[in-house]
Order: sequence, then C-alpha cells, then structure tokens
Amino acid sequence: MSDNLREQLLLLPAYFQGHLLLTLSAISMGVLISVPLGVWAEQSARVKRPLLALVSIIQTFPSLAILALVVALLGGRIGFLPAFIALTLYSMLPIVRNTVTGLESVSASVIDAAKGIGMSPNQILREVKLPLAMPVIVAGIRTAMVWTVGLATLSTLVGATSFGNYIFTGLQTRNLVAVTVGSLASASLAVSLDGLVASMQWLLEKRSEAADSARLKRIRLSVYGVTAIIVSLALYGLLPKPRADFVVAGKPFTEQYIMAGLLAQELEEAGFSVEQRLGMGSAVVYEAIRNGTVDVYVEYTGTVWANFMNRESNPGRQGIRSGVVEFLEDQNVTTIGFTGFQNRYALAMRRDRALELGVTSIEDLIPIAAELSAGSDLEFFGRTEWFRLRDLYNMDFADKLTFDVSLMYTAVAERQVDVISAYTTDGRVAAYDLLLLDDPRNALLAYDAMILASANAAAQPKFMQILDTLVDSIPDEAMRQANRLVDVNGESITVALEYLRGEMTKD
Amino acid sequence: MAAPCICEPSNRYSAAIQSAAQSLEWGKSPRYGGLLVRRWDCPAHALQLTASIALFMIELKNVQKSYDGGATLAVADTSLTIERGEFLGLIGASGCGKTTTLKMINRLEESSSGEILVNGRNVIDQNPEQLRRNIGYVFQGIGLFPHRTVAENVAAVPQLLQWSADDIRVRCEECLEMVGLPFDEYGDRSPSQLSGGQQQRIGVARALAARPEVVLMDEPFGALDPITRSELQEEFKSIQQNMALTVVMVTHDMTEALLLADRIAVMREGVVLQIGTPKELLNNPSHDYVRDIVAMPRRRAQRLEELMRNE
Repeated sequence: MSDNLREQLLLLPAYFQGHLLLTLSAISMGVLISVPLGVWAEQSARVKRPLLALVSIIQTFPSLAILALVVALLGGRIGFLPAFIALTLYSMLPIVRNTVTGLESVSASVIDAAKGIGMSPNQILREVKLPLAMPVIVAGIRTAMVWTVGLATLSTLVGATSFGNYIFTGLQTRNLVAVTVGSLASASLAVSLDGLVASMQWLLEKRSEAADSARLKRIRLSVYGVTAIIVSLALYGLLPKPRADFVVAGKPFTEQYIMAGLLAQELEEAGFSVEQRLGMGSAVVYEAIRNGTVDVYVEYTGTVWANFMNRESNPGRQGIRSGVVEFLEDQNVTTIGFTGFQNRYALAMRRDRALELGVTSIEDLIPIAAELSAGSDLEFFGRTEWFRLRDLYNMDFADKLTFDVSLMYTAVAERQVDVISAYTTDGRVAAYDLLLLDDPRNALLAYDAMILASANAAAQPKFMQILDTLVDSIPDEAMRQANRLVDVNGESITVALEYLRGEMTKD
Repeated sequence: MAAPCICEPSNRYSAAIQSAAQSLEWGKSPRYGGLLVRRWDCPAHALQLTASIALFMIELKNVQKSYDGGATLAVADTSLTIERGEFLGLIGASGCGKTTTLKMINRLEESSSGEILVNGRNVIDQNPEQLRRNIGYVFQGIGLFPHRTVAENVAAVPQLLQWSADDIRVRCEECLEMVGLPFDEYGDRSPSQLSGGQQQRIGVARALAARPEVVLMDEPFGALDPITRSELQEEFKSIQQNMALTVVMVTHDMTEALLLADRIAVMREGVVLQIGTPKELLNNPSHDYVRDIVAMPRRRAQRLEELMRNE
C-alpha cells in the first residue's frame, strides 16, 4: 500500500504542473474573452440575448462531447491545445453572465452623476462601472476557476496531462490510492486557486488604507509570493521539453495500461526515451497515430473494422485481419504485427448456471433466451455485432441491462443476470469462473490485438526491429492472467507487467 | 457720473464681469469677439458692452424639446435669460418640463430646436463632456462614487480636467472646508460612512471643485430631513453669494424656491407661466396656477405669525 502511494506521489509534480498550466491558461483566456464580451452585451441588447444563449448552450454540452468535438475540429490534434480550447469555452458562461449582471447592477444615480460631471462613456465604463461591478465579475471568475480545475481532469482523455491521469488510471485498474490522490489533488488545487483570487480581491479593496498596516503588508507580500510561484510553475510547463524519441499511447482500461507499459519498456531498454500518453479515448488515439502525434499503441482488429471502417459484415478472423491491415496502410498507419492474443466480445455465463441449463454455445440459448436476462457494458447492445448476433441466432433476451464493466461482472457473478458480454482476455472471466460460449454462426467479430506505428516511427529500422520481437509473443491466457492480477488481485500495473514478461513466448 | 473702470471692480457684478472678460476667449468668440477687442481701449464702452453680453450667463432662446418627434412638447418654446451671479428657481409639478429644461443646459438632454448659450457660447458647438466639466451638477440622487473616498469624489472633475495633484489636493481641502467637513477628518472616509446630509454636502463640494461659474441643481435637497435641508439651504445660499455663482435649481418645494432664489420661473406643461422675483410672484401672480402654488407657503407663514402673536 505504501509502495503504491509512493509510486503515485512520484507522479505528482508532472501531473500538478500539467493540470496547473491547463487551468491557468484556460481561465486567463476565458477572462480575456469573456469580460469584453460581457461589456459588449451589457451595452447592446441585440448582442446580449444571443450571446448569453450561446454561452449557456456551450455549458449544456456534455464536457466529454466538447472535448471530442474540439479534437475533431482540430483535425485529430490531441494534447494541450484541444483541452485548453474546451476548458476556455467552458469557463465563459459564469464570467460573461457575471460581467453583464455586475455592470447592470451599478446604481443608476452613480452613472447619472458620472455623466453629469462630464465623464465620457469610456471613462464611465473604466472608472465607475467596471470597478463597481468588479466583485460580481470576480465571483464569476472564481466559479469558472473551480469548474475548470474540476473539468481539467477530463482532458486526460484527449492526451493532456492532468490529475485526471490519476483518476482514470485508478478507476480502470481498481487503484483507489491513485483515485484518491488525484481527487484530493484536484480539490486542493481548486480550493487554493479560489482562495488566492479571493485574497487578491480583498487586497484590491483594501488598497486605499494600505500604506500603514504592517499586517496588510505581510499579507500582500505572501499573496504576491504565492501568485508568483504558481505562475512560474505553470509557465515552467511552457518551456520546450526535450522531446521524447517516441510517444506510446493507450486507451483507458487495464490491458491497455499493461500493453503501453510493455511497449515503453521495450523501447526504453533499447535506449530510446519514451513519453506515455495513457487513458486516451479510442477515436482520439486512432486520429493521433494517423497524424503522428502518437507513435505506437495497441489496437484491436474488430475495433478498426467496425468503428473506423464502418463495416457491418463479418468475414471471419482472417478476413478481418487482412482487410484491416490493408485499410490501415491507406491511412498511413503501419501494422507492426499481431501480439498473439485476442480480446473480443463473447457471451459468458457462470459455469454452474450454464451446466444447469445445458448451455455451451450461443445456439443452446435460442430456445431459452426469452426467459433470460443479459447484461452488457455501455455499448455492446448498441453495436452492429449485437444486431448481427440477434438476427443470425434469431433470438432476444427478456431483459437487457447495461452496466459499468466491473459492475457487469459482479452482476453475473451474483446471478442478477444470466448472460453478459464479457471480454475474452478479462481477468475476471477466470476469477468468477465464467464460461465463454461458442459462436458457431460467427456473429461476433474477431479482435486481434495488433501493434500500430505511425509512418514516422515505422521508418526507423531500429524501432521496428525492437517491436517486432513482441509479435506473436503473448497468448490469450498470459494476457488474461496479467489483467487478473490488476483487476482481481489489486496488484499494480508494474507487477502485472513483470508477470507478463515472464510468460511471454519469445523466440 | 463716469462708468467705473473694469480694472477696479466695485461690486460682485463688476467683479464677475472682469472675470468673464478674462475667461471668455474674446478673439475666438464669433458673435462679439471682434467688437470687444476693437473697443477695449475705452474702459467705459467696454464695460457697457461686457455688461450687456456677459450679464446673461445663460440664455435660452425659443427652446423646444419633444421626445416623440414633435407630436407632444415636453418643453414648448421657452426663452429665459439668467444673469451672471443670479439664482434662478425652476418650479412646477412633476412632468412640467423643469428637469428637462435644466438638463438641456448641460446637454444631458438635447434640445429639439432653439438655442442655448452658456457664457455667450452655444452649447451645441461644444463637446458635451467638456461643457459638463465646466458646469457644476448636483441632483437628488447625489450619486457619490461608492468605490472612491470622499476626497477622491471631490477631486473627480479637477482630475478630468487634468489639474496637477497639488492643485487638486489644495482645492479638495478648500471645498471640504467650505461644506463643513474638514479634509483631515473626512477625506479618507468612504461615502457609505456618511449621513445623507453629509453625502449631499460632498455632492455640493464635488460640483464646486473645478470652480465652475454655473451650477445646475435638480432637487438637490429633496431627500433630506427638514432640519438638515434647511441647514444645507442656508449654507449653500451663502456659498452661492460669496462665489457669485450662477445657479439654476429645479424644485417642487415653493418655500425652498422663495427662500433661495433671486427669481423664480413657474412652469406647467412645458410652458413658463410666469417668471419674477419671489415678491412679484407673491404679490402679483399673473396666473391662477401661480396663485395656487404660492398660496400654501403664504398660508403657512400667516399661520405661524398668528401663533407667535398669540403667545
């Protein structure tokens, strides 16, 4: 446990820095855009309504969707920029709205007086309205700040470093220490930044009675000090870092964390420097390898076939393999080879329940499916694979429930559902003693794991040579056990990785 | 008797004339400049001329104001002349056009037709902000800037006029002294720490800070309690007299107008019904409406007199 904690804390400086840079730059840009927009809106009724509606609509978009949309609009670009843009958009509503409200709430008689003594509209805005609206505007900035710090954790999914790295890795690998460290770090950052802005505001309000009080001087000095430290920490992140030789990426589930670790280890042992971008969304990482921001990751043939090639047919394992490799070549992505295991969907039941019902293959379910309930992950029942299975076997289940993955396994283990859409290399298949049902009519796709490389990386013989050694080296069972170590036994990724290397069948 | 020389002012009018002669940019004034400069060698003539021009500090010539393109007139064909150093009360019921008339003088409202001259210059030819900085403005809402100290409030107009910091400081002290709130004690306070009466004193100090010759007042004492109001009225009257200020004050309190103003203009439905000294209005009201509105203060005075006699 304490090893785990130490391992997590070692990651803190990098994550903190990424999170801070992201938050501060997004909030600064948000202020720079939103305050002038708010001023404009307050002066023109024609601007106000549409603008407030627009920023509210942005806010109602699910944050993940905004991130994905920004990545798509940037042509698949991942990392800091899309996260920065999405967070900036998200910070706008409270700032714009509070700017408008703050300006509108300035007393009419004060404005009359300012006009009456001969201030120009510009002077009225700068010297009267903005200073008087400032507390309300700052309140909006503080709200935006707290939101942004929280939302920045999601930017992990588009490949930007943040405390989200802790949270997503931790959730997927059942590492509660990582989740706790990440959440606490994010919360403390939110509270500290909020407090910092609050004390700056307090100092501004006290500026007229400043000169004499020693206590005030001390406070001012410490606030300036903390601000300077925070800003320089954030700016430090902007310094060009020595670019790693290769960027290894992975999606947010246990097997991918292990495989990314394996790829990184192999490259590092050969003397290359490696940067890991973990926990990225599936479409995001695929885009990234096409445009070269990511150099290598492990993908599955079925995912490419169904999601990126949008095929609805199932030509069988070999057919998918060759179709996918050919397609990827056209996409400027090199397939280094297949790792040897496949992590596909399979219908699975508790072994005792299957025996009781006399089921070994999906065909055996046909007469009884109408009385069974089934559980799946969030997407299976929406995929063409499921529709094909339903049509080929001409059956449907009485109940279809969707779960978070770990809850899906718990549900079948505790007999709340009879059948689930399991993953074939999932450690929990063995741990819960599940029977994977045969699929004689070939409804479900093959998902061979394969190592993909960007065109740039594939051009380097040494790189290809190293990773070639991983081809056909990992049997299904080895992968399943490695996953099991993490998902069931609660071991760290490092432990699972060590185990896997011991099991690998290297020629 | 020969006319007194302008170089040796003998009363507040001639002093005002002298200052007007200095402050008006003669050479540039399109209306009178050439004439005056030509006659400047002759003190007696110059005096006559300046007297005929500059004694009218404010002139309204056939001024009209309509908010609906002429269908109804908020102010209908009004002509007024206000002398240098004169205190004019504008009185009437709500909506009679008195505030609109006042605000047209410093262009917080724009006249629809007619001409308004302040110190001989048409206000339309001037930048409205510059115009307002040279005219004091006090209104019922007071409108002190809550984020600034008392001293900063008083300094507002001199700052807009870009006086030096030293001049501003000295002038702030003078003005605060003048309204009875010493700088040392009140300068650093925030307006919210003052009573309503004190706030309006600061309002008056702010209006006078840049040494305007004209002060416009829109029911300045309306929101104050009766005792504070009468104190402020008296103090302001004496400041006005000492500084020879030209004041236009809108009020709906006839007693206030009678006590403070040199002349009173009674307005109803955008029209000036009668203009005259308090005495003229009291003794020779030219209109039933005027008779009605002076009746109340008159009755009150009689009643008080009776009470005192009975003692």
